[in-house]
Amino acid sequence: MSILSKTGPVAKPLPHDAAKLHVTGAARYVDDIPMPAGCLHLAFGISTIAKGRITAMDLDAVRASDGVVLVLVAQDLPFSNDVSPAAHDEPLLSDGRVHYVGQPLFLVVASSHRAARVAARKGQIEYAQETPILTVDQALAADSRFEDGPRIYNKGDAAAAIAAAPHLVEGVMELGGQEHFYLEGQAALALPQEGGDMLVTSSTQHPTEIQHKVAEAIGLPMHAVRVEIRRMGGGFGGKESQGNALAVSCAIAARATGKPCKMRYDRDDDMVITGKRHDFRISYRAGFGDDGALSGVEFTHLVRCGWAQDLSLPVADRAMLHADNAYAIPAIRIESHRLKTNTQSATAYRGFGGPQGMVGIERVMDHIAHDLGLDPVSVRQVNYYDAPETAKLAADQGGAAPRPAASPRSSSGKKKDNTTPYGMEVSDFELHGMTARLLETSDYQARRAEITAWNKTQDQLKRGIGFSPVKFGISFTLTHLNQAGALVHVYQDGSIHLNHGGTEMGQGLFQKVAQVAASRFGVGMELVKITATDTAKVPNTSATAASSGTDLNGMAVKAACDTIRDRMATFLAQHHQCSVASVRFEDGRVIAGADEMTFEQAAMLCYQGRISLSATGFYKTPKVEWDRIKGQGRPFFYFAYGASVTEVVVDRLSGENRILRSDILHDAGVSLNPHLDIGQVEGGYVQGVGWLTTEELVWDGNGRLSTHAPSTYKIPACSDRPDVFNVALWDGQNREDSIYRSKAVGEPPFMLGISAYLALSHAVSAYGEAYPALDAPATAEQLWSAIRRVRDGV
Amino acid sequence: MEITFHLNGEEVTLSGVSPTTTLLDWLREDRYLTGTKEGCNEGDCGACSVMVTDDRGAKALNACLLFLPQLNGKAIRTVEGVSGPDGELHPVQQAMITHHGSQCGFCTPGFVMSMVTAHNNGAKDHDVQLAGNLCRCTGYAPIIRAAEAVEDMPVPAWVAKDAAVREPAPAAQNHTPYAPRSSDELAAAYVQNPQAVLIAGATDVALWVTKGLRDLEDVIFLEGCTDLKQIEISDDQVRLGAMVDMNAMRAAIAPLHPSYGEMIRRYASQQVRGAATLGGNIANGSPIGDNPPALIALGATLHLRQGDTRRSLPLEDFFVAYGKQDRLPGEFVEAVSFARQPDSLRCYKLSKRFDQDISAVLGAFNVTIVNGTVTGARIAFGGMAATPKRASHVEAALLGQPWTPATVRAAQAEFDKDFTPMSDMRASARYRLETARNLLARYYAELNGDTVSVLEVVL
Repeated sequence: MSILSKTGPVAKPLPHDAAKLHVTGAARYVDDIPMPAGCLHLAFGISTIAKGRITAMDLDAVRASDGVVLVLVAQDLPFSNDVSPAAHDEPLLSDGRVHYVGQPLFLVVASSHRAARVAARKGQIEYAQETPILTVDQALAADSRFEDGPRIYNKGDAAAAIAAAPHLVEGVMELGGQEHFYLEGQAALALPQEGGDMLVTSSTQHPTEIQHKVAEAIGLPMHAVRVEIRRMGGGFGGKESQGNALAVSCAIAARATGKPCKMRYDRDDDMVITGKRHDFRISYRAGFGDDGALSGVEFTHLVRCGWAQDLSLPVADRAMLHADNAYAIPAIRIESHRLKTNTQSATAYRGFGGPQGMVGIERVMDHIAHDLGLDPVSVRQVNYYDAPETAKLAADQGGAAPRPAASPRSSSGKKKDNTTPYGMEVSDFELHGMTARLLETSDYQARRAEITAWNKTQDQLKRGIGFSPVKFGISFTLTHLNQAGALVHVYQDGSIHLNHGGTEMGQGLFQKVAQVAASRFGVGMELVKITATDTAKVPNTSATAASSGTDLNGMAVKAACDTIRDRMATFLAQHHQCSVASVRFEDGRVIAGADEMTFEQAAMLCYQGRISLSATGFYKTPKVEWDRIKGQGRPFFYFAYGASVTEVVVDRLSGENRILRSDILHDAGVSLNPHLDIGQVEGGYVQGVGWLTTEELVWDGNGRLSTHAPSTYKIPACSDRPDVFNVALWDGQNREDSIYRSKAVGEPPFMLGISAYLALSHAVSAYGEAYPALDAPATAEQLWSAIRRVRDGV
Repeated sequence: MEITFHLNGEEVTLSGVSPTTTLLDWLREDRYLTGTKEGCNEGDCGACSVMVTDDRGAKALNACLLFLPQLNGKAIRTVEGVSGPDGELHPVQQAMITHHGSQCGFCTPGFVMSMVTAHNNGAKDHDVQLAGNLCRCTGYAPIIRAAEAVEDMPVPAWVAKDAAVREPAPAAQNHTPYAPRSSDELAAAYVQNPQAVLIAGATDVALWVTKGLRDLEDVIFLEGCTDLKQIEISDDQVRLGAMVDMNAMRAAIAPLHPSYGEMIRRYASQQVRGAATLGGNIANGSPIGDNPPALIALGATLHLRQGDTRRSLPLEDFFVAYGKQDRLPGEFVEAVSFARQPDSLRCYKLSKRFDQDISAVLGAFNVTIVNGTVTGARIAFGGMAATPKRASHVEAALLGQPWTPATVRAAQAEFDKDFTPMSDMRASARYRLETARNLLARYYAELNGDTVSVLEVVL
């Protein structure tokens, strides 16, 4: 731990900063904040058809309902009627057109949450219905899409490479979407201020966007709106853009009534109104040699984006950017259609398209291994990107020598073209060593042999084991978002006030960044106060998304702390007649020449010496540059890696299945907090497994979501976690100069869940000769159906 | 009506509240106790879990599915009341911190309350205790580590004291037509108010209020009818009162018919089972209630009462059509009984998720084999028709036949005559029909001693 020995709390497995508040029920979420008297509550009246025009809207019964104060329709809105993040295609309230079942048509403002909900159901709406476009087939047929045509990325001539290859696999896979199911539903409140200003509290990953949309909606500059959020009860991408409608509604209602206004969705409303993970249909053709080495691959992604553009373009882009996953593919063509349908507007969800892209190539690997009768791990290893020849690392900012890379050289013979399909050199590939380690610790080969033997003794039940690697690109692909700001104050008593643009949704961002701050000043965590994200303190923030929270905000906070520390050191050096470089901040003390004092004493001394003890910090990610139209450049600062082995058992008669054991090795670089990072890995894995197994979204033929509550939409429950669950962090470090050489850990582990899908495929393949060709989610019914295909040919 | 209970150790008396106010709304909106969270408002996520203690002990319940009158005479402990008098953390709370059991923290109070209750009761089957608490962040592993870490720690004095509180019986003046204290009082009240909605555990009726947004005018709370909570097991009969909750039922049934006991474990979460009643599961007539198929397979008799008139009928005859039961105005389910019998009952519940999920198919098989020949066959299904229904043609194809794979195959072909299931978000018609067939094969294999469930496979 050489580079960390003098860094204080960084790298310590401290609990979540709010853990004690969580377990005592004292942690406040938006709906828990005590409201001033007279607070009003909001609910939307929503559409019951998927496509058409409103011909009549009779809201008399709504207005007459108990407790109703105000009812608003689009024509009543004072300024902008738009809550889209960028494309200006999402009216807050219907402009007369209806685009999906669940679209907000009118807004009820009432004396209580229940009164608003009751009234919202009393609208009498008449529609001129049109035939909705619900499926990707319908959308393709109607050429209903975002952007003019498909985006296509090419590397080499994939068709020729496939044609020349000795072997071919091809197939089509349906890959379902996913409801975020954050435990805290969407919520916002607005407190009207003097002069028309607005204070908004919103359960949002993106306070600046809330500020922007609220300002537009109430016709004021952004400086008139302040947005604050201490924590969310889960986000997972679902609170990147989907909170706009609530916050804007509250602000408009507060402006109209002069009263504080609060809105939270009932769970069913939340699931019916808000967007989910994009579902995909992935078609593939792959040419390869006898050892499974790929010559060329073609993918077509049909992406169901829903009715509004929202974040669909970058999501679909990121799916294309992860179509290679961990594999150096000599020639590849990826074609992506962003289809517009009359369903909820699909939105950001942990992995942001990356998981869908990755499932595509892992499906190809699985298919190849099946057809060649090879161990799926060896097929993957032969296709891996090469490991870097040497680990040439820039000196760490702490000055200590970096640890050597733990990964051995690839065993494959000739050097590969180590560039991605989008032209980025892969210079930090860790998976050779990680895979070797994981296969060993999970006893993969012996277990695979034992499973094969066991399966031969069983008729109804079969076990399966699956391995999957993850290589996930870290940075926003929209390059300008890769920036962050921070505001740090040191008070005269030595206590530290910490603020930055990141939001806390459970991932432990605040604690990790506070550990950075404490470390820069060489003090204990008790001196650092973590404060709510606030657009009045740090402006122009990016969403806490793309796993970038710690990377960006940690660096910004470090910069702010270092500014203050340098000012203190300069002053103290002068005061104590020593060199600036010799002033040290460690163990809660400041050593300046022959003198030593507590940090508190140093702060007081600096204050009395009229030294500014407040600073902003700023960071922008270096090296990234990306042309999304050409599909060329360096969209990512670096890659995070992971690998997992999952074992399952399946029942032929019912398709019932469960996970027996999971082993994971994940690369968090030099972890800023190993326990919080392992928490992200465990939780991400289980969420990823849920996506690919039990979490099935079902729409009926009229576009109505049938699975709109936890009674019908099944996220993993406690007993669904693996019986044996071994999670470890890879003992590596970021080869790029990230915050303390750590790596982002929010999204990458989600994709480790793909190994469960592969294990299920392996188990199903034990029933017969054919390739299982599983769709996802691989529900019991889906597995039952696949087993029949494989075993009985029906 | 007046309602008295203890909240975190303090007595609270309420009058004039709407009888369909949920405990969750009251805690959050009237008492500003916002530690108890609303995650789904339908009993599926457990974020609103609280500990409720009465003279039968402590249980974790979902506050969103509890109407205030159901709490009369009980003690409620919320997450705000779990720490000690000087703020010292409950061992469960400390373990959740130490083991990183919270991330976003929103589900945490519900988990803490389920874990505190389990700890109080000495329960160590954590997956079962926590099946009704959803967490989207942690993947559950650290929460289980926390639960395991406190298994052998003593129950803190302040919780033990709370559990030992003997609540005063509801005062006589609380005795209104809306809260009868015995089945006799219920019978009289219901005959007079046959339009009233009977509320037992409220795990279904509460949804009419929280999701249907209905205002229920006339309600009768059955919680006080303790004589309907009796379980009688004699040498030749089992008789279960209508107000027996599903946790009590599970404890009683598991020794007699383990497969039924296991099905009840999966029937719903600990919190829902702690409230849901046998009578409610039958009387609401749902085609996807899990008890009726099992009880029909056992040959159960339903006991109904209207005023002073009682009648009994085979349970399967109670379900007339979708939404229609053989129940007269003012008539209520009093009990269910079935004969003691050798255990050949197997209950197979197919659902997307093992725990806390509604069945796509629930098959209950009870075949009697004497000297290799089928002498009795009672097979019933839920989820396959508009009502819980016997597979009469399948049964007929088995009766009198040798118990062999050939007989099973022949009987499997008969399912088409018994059922024309529908497709919905839980399963397709095809899956339902084909797996129903397969479950007969599973039954055969299981009686043969084969491992038939993925839940039995352990590494």
